[in-house]
Amino acid sequence: MIQVNGTPVAIAAGKTLQQYLDTTDYVPTRIAVERNGEIVPKRLYGETVLQDNDVIEVVSFVGGG
Amino acid sequence: MVGLQAHPVPSREVMREALNIRHGEDLQNKISAARVAVCGLGGLGSNIAIALARAGVGHLHLIDFDRVDLTNLNRQQYAVGQLGQYKTDALRETLSLVSPYCDVTCDTIQVTKENLPDLLKTEDYICEAFDRAEAKAMLVSGVLEHFPEKYLVAASGLAGLGSANTIQTRRVSKRFYLCGDGTSDSSVGLGLVASRVLVCAAHEANMILRLIAGETEP
Repeated sequence: MIQVNGTPVAIAAGKTLQQYLDTTDYVPTRIAVERNGEIVPKRLYGETVLQDNDVIEVVSFVGGG
Repeated sequence: MVGLQAHPVPSREVMREALNIRHGEDLQNKISAARVAVCGLGGLGSNIAIALARAGVGHLHLIDFDRVDLTNLNRQQYAVGQLGQYKTDALRETLSLVSPYCDVTCDTIQVTKENLPDLLKTEDYICEAFDRAEAKAMLVSGVLEHFPEKYLVAASGLAGLGSANTIQTRRVSKRFYLCGDGTSDSSVGLGLVASRVLVCAAHEANMILRLIAGETEP
């Protein structure tokens, strides 16, 4: 089990962050992802294997400024 | 009618003393020593920069590639006479009128993930004030990756005329704060309105000043 934005999510062992994000509606170019309080650079999504108890924060931006 | 005469600019010492009286000398020392980068000088950034300069922030780094357009005037702190100017130049002029001793550095450039590490190396506080969601995500990712020791304040969700009370500041992680309602997209519905943009800009500026003061809670 991991936590995504405060909600528990069941994740199969060995799944990468990229594989998880592929199952969501997030627009890849509009998000920043932190794992256990540290940013995960986009280029590392595919090699970041999610671990039990990981705390993931997906910040999804909308336009306007 | 007697012709108006421009008031002479008070000395640096006199202006500093006025801020000391307002804020207290200890706090003003921190604010005056602070270095803040404002990335994007639209509705958010122009208002944030003016708030920080008025509070006496000593060093501001203004970054934007764009020019002042007529469609900006509904919410951005520019004047008709500044149409067509680079926003960096126009805002520098405005800041010189309200806080003449603020040390302002300008970069008229588009921030990219390539130039970001060099562009933002000097400031301790980074303010994200871009318009496009993709640019926001790029800046936040880049700053958190390259500068984990800096403070970052960003914004998302400030369009429309929804309740001002839904705009909040939250602490996403140790040094990363996010202001806005999180959902109101400028490409949907009414677009951007001065009052709500100002609320969000004030949240960002206020969080920066709180951090400078040593307060880390939103």
